[in-house]
Amino acid sequence: MPATYEPIASYTAPSAQNSYTFTSIPGTYTDLKMVVNGSFNSEDYVCLQFNSDTGSNYSETPIVGNGSTVSSGRAANRAFIFTQAVAGSGVRFMVQSNFMNYSNSTTYKTVLSRTDCASRDVTASAGLWRSTSAITSIKVYGLVGNNFETGSTFTIYGIKAA
Amino acid sequence: MATTFELISSYTVGSGGAADITFSSIPATYTDLVLKVNLRSTLGGDYFLFSFNNTSANFSARYIYWENTSVSSASLARYGGRINTTYSTASTFASSEIYIPNYAGSAYKSYSSDSVSEGNTTAAPGSLVAGLWSDTSAINQISLLPSAANFAQYSTAYLYGVKNA
Repeated sequence: MPATYEPIASYTAPSAQNSYTFTSIPGTYTDLKMVVNGSFNSEDYVCLQFNSDTGSNYSETPIVGNGSTVSSGRAANRAFIFTQAVAGSGVRFMVQSNFMNYSNSTTYKTVLSRTDCASRDVTASAGLWRSTSAITSIKVYGLVGNNFETGSTFTIYGIKAA
Repeated sequence: MATTFELISSYTVGSGGAADITFSSIPATYTDLVLKVNLRSTLGGDYFLFSFNNTSANFSARYIYWENTSVSSASLARYGGRINTTYSTASTFASSEIYIPNYAGSAYKSYSSDSVSEGNTTAAPGSLVAGLWSDTSAINQISLLPSAANFAQYSTAYLYGVKNA
């Protein structure tokens, strides 16, 4: 029986780095799940870009709770999908992003993300990449230019519908 | 090829309820853990707490929670998610999924929890949780505890291991 849930790629940062890019993502799955777990050396914002597209083709709607207040926002026509800010200086966080129907060439691509930084806030967001291209690469990076610390992990799984 | 997503252990609460649900001797052979739970308490306790490796120390969490038309954010160490209570619609249980990446590594342990419930009444609690266990030990035991009383009969918990290779 073919495997339904398979690891595609996994990377552990051997030294501090601003970004990691999953490349050559095969189009043989139905959905993707990405898990990032680590810390930044200074406060930053975890962002996503697809297929090296740096145009204003992204938007997102997050809900954010900081332990005192909860808020919702919207951002459109951006050059990235913003999953949320995370604290710096060794503070642990995790990001889970789900990319449904990532490999089709007919629909825009939706991303559902959860970003959790217990020292800062909890976030759920819906993102959109306005492209009908199949997702073949995903760049994960810190918007401000700070670095993921050594030992931060980046993993992507493929999920098959049949 | 090794199985990526595997059931490690399961637990179903029997008659009389359970003071806690505990998974022990968790092997260190996976990369991440996933807990899928369906919970109800025997009194009014409407959330559950975690302990790892039989300790309640060094936890922190902040979360968004909602019920009926109200949504708020708060912080509570060890917070795991919402559960239905004895006052909820009969035969309804809250569902939660908890993800714990790199549980066997030497860094502090993050966890993410999503809880939902629906009972065709005004009380339909839910939450999104960002948690942290500030301990470098590998997690080898996970306990879930109701905020009050016991977990009710038919509450279930399933622990899965996820391998990244």
